Amino acid sequence: MNCEIRNEGDAAVVVLSGDVDLESSPKVRNALLDCVSMKRTVVVDMKSVSYIDSSGVASLVEAFQAARKNNTRFVLAHVSEAAMRVLELARLDKVFRIVDEVADGLGHGD
Amino acid sequence: MVLSVRVPARVGSLRLVRRLVGAAASACGCASQGVRDTVLAVDEACQNVILHAYGEDASGDMLIEIRCDARRLQIDLVDFAPPVDTTRIRPRPLEDLRPGGLGTHFINECMDASEFRTPPRGAGNRLWMAKTIR
Repeated sequence: MNCEIRNEGDAAVVVLSGDVDLESSPKVRNALLDCVSMKRTVVVDMKSVSYIDSSGVASLVEAFQAARKNNTRFVLAHVSEAAMRVLELARLDKVFRIVDEVADGLGHGD
Repeated sequence: MVLSVRVPARVGSLRLVRRLVGAAASACGCASQGVRDTVLAVDEACQNVILHAYGEDASGDMLIEIRCDARRLQIDLVDFAPPVDTTRIRPRPLEDLRPGGLGTHFINECMDASEFRTPPRGAGNRLWMAKTIR
């Protein structure tokens, strides 16, 4: 699993790729929470997430909740089919803000 | 029997388990979504063994056995931890938005049937899961 962070002004784009599972989700959790604490907008690019389990979902939920407390915009972008299936199973596809492209999440299309 | 594998009940084993279960489900004729669902269910069940059955003193194994016929895929996940109180294992309400606690829900959603069955002699717990092959 790869987790890269790209700074875009007062926003961060967290690019996840590979399997977000019990082994790698702590790294994802820490990265997301760090970004949420420092930025006004966090966009999670999930195009290359090949697998995500309940621990990966938990990381997203925790970051989402922290973002709400922090008044940080938290968006999932370009969610892979595999990841979307898991979000739907958890009924979280209607909870998270999900956009097609990272640029939409950053508000460039606004 | 399509697959029988015994691995350490450790986080590091999960990736291998997912690859093997995916290959077995595919070989049994599951469609791609069925394969992904089966992989997720078994992964979540293994996580429960690692985190809850063995707990912090994780020093045991997990045995995963997969068999199938033209109609159905069946999986047994056996551990050698102390028997768990299966009456306490239930999915949490999804309206309760919080991290964690989704593993049992995913197993129930991904598989057509699952239940704890009598484990083999010397084993601790046995979770049986089944999925219709489409």
